Amino acid sequence: MTEREPEALNVAPGAPHDSMISETMAYVIGLGLALILTGISFWAASTSSLWGPGVAVGLVVLAIAQMGVHLVFFLHITSGPDNTNNVLALAFGVLIVFLVMVGTIWIMAHMNANMGVSPELMNLQMQH
Amino acid sequence: MSAISETPTVGLTHAGSEDTGLGHRGPESKSIVVPYGFWLFVLSDMILFSALFATYASLVHATDGGPTTNQLFDRSLVAIETIALLVSSFVCGLAMIAAKRGNMLWTQGWLLVTGLLGFVFLSIELYEFASMIGEGAGPQRSAFLSAFFTLVGCHGAHVTAGLLWIGTMMAQIWAKGFRPHIMRRLLCLSVFWHALDIIWVAIFTIVYLIGTLP
Repeated sequence: MTEREPEALNVAPGAPHDSMISETMAYVIGLGLALILTGISFWAASTSSLWGPGVAVGLVVLAIAQMGVHLVFFLHITSGPDNTNNVLALAFGVLIVFLVMVGTIWIMAHMNANMGVSPELMNLQMQH
Repeated sequence: MSAISETPTVGLTHAGSEDTGLGHRGPESKSIVVPYGFWLFVLSDMILFSALFATYASLVHATDGGPTTNQLFDRSLVAIETIALLVSSFVCGLAMIAAKRGNMLWTQGWLLVTGLLGFVFLSIELYEFASMIGEGAGPQRSAFLSAFFTLVGCHGAHVTAGLLWIGTMMAQIWAKGFRPHIMRRLLCLSVFWHALDIIWVAIFTIVYLIGTLP
């Protein structure tokens, strides 16, 4: 293990690179990829040449891909050792976001389905 | 066992061979700690939005006989909003590059463009809200519309706060120059602004595109 400079052990999220060229290129590549992904999203939502039921899933995948592009090229979240703290915090955030969204949608959809079985029962409940 | 217990280190480290991660070098400098703390805030903000997204997804069909997503949303307006916010996020990055080199003119210029594009986004959003409320599709019309205005309005409120912050930073850079504490605030601002764009990606996909599928 070679001795590293203390400032190389951690970097702040969004911290700029050292070289102006590589830094500008990161933002340009990020902008290009985000524009392409946005374009595909809007195209996929309007076209009728794709299998209908799969479009929504495809749009979600495109959105997650674009979020990844933003994180890597704009916020400079990398897999490097100086980024471990930032990545761990992000991973925990993603876990909670996933639990809140999937858990809520799952449970609420099931409750909706169970509530909709019999309208007479619904009316009975409403009167209480 | 006794050899291990004599070493003062705790955990998975090899005695003295590398950084233990336990702070024997002392805490990181403020230029690391402050943006990291702000990163934690941004992530918790995303958890707040995830609750709003979950609420919206649960209530999107609860229209109470009122207007539905397909009747309300205009994709071309959303496309302009999306491009404006994306380019704004990009230009904010250019402002950071200029700021790191201490270039006052370019920093102020790029920050101004960032703010103007954010203002374009906000104006379109407010126009959309006003026309919806004018058609009788305000937040009190149905559970779906309550959830819609809460989710998108919360993002709009964040953009408004970001615009005020951009203006404040432009004034601070102008008055105080590129001092270390000003640069820390600027870095936090850029993290905040990029994060707003990430949340908007989820909004335009889930609310507007999936909401207007045929």
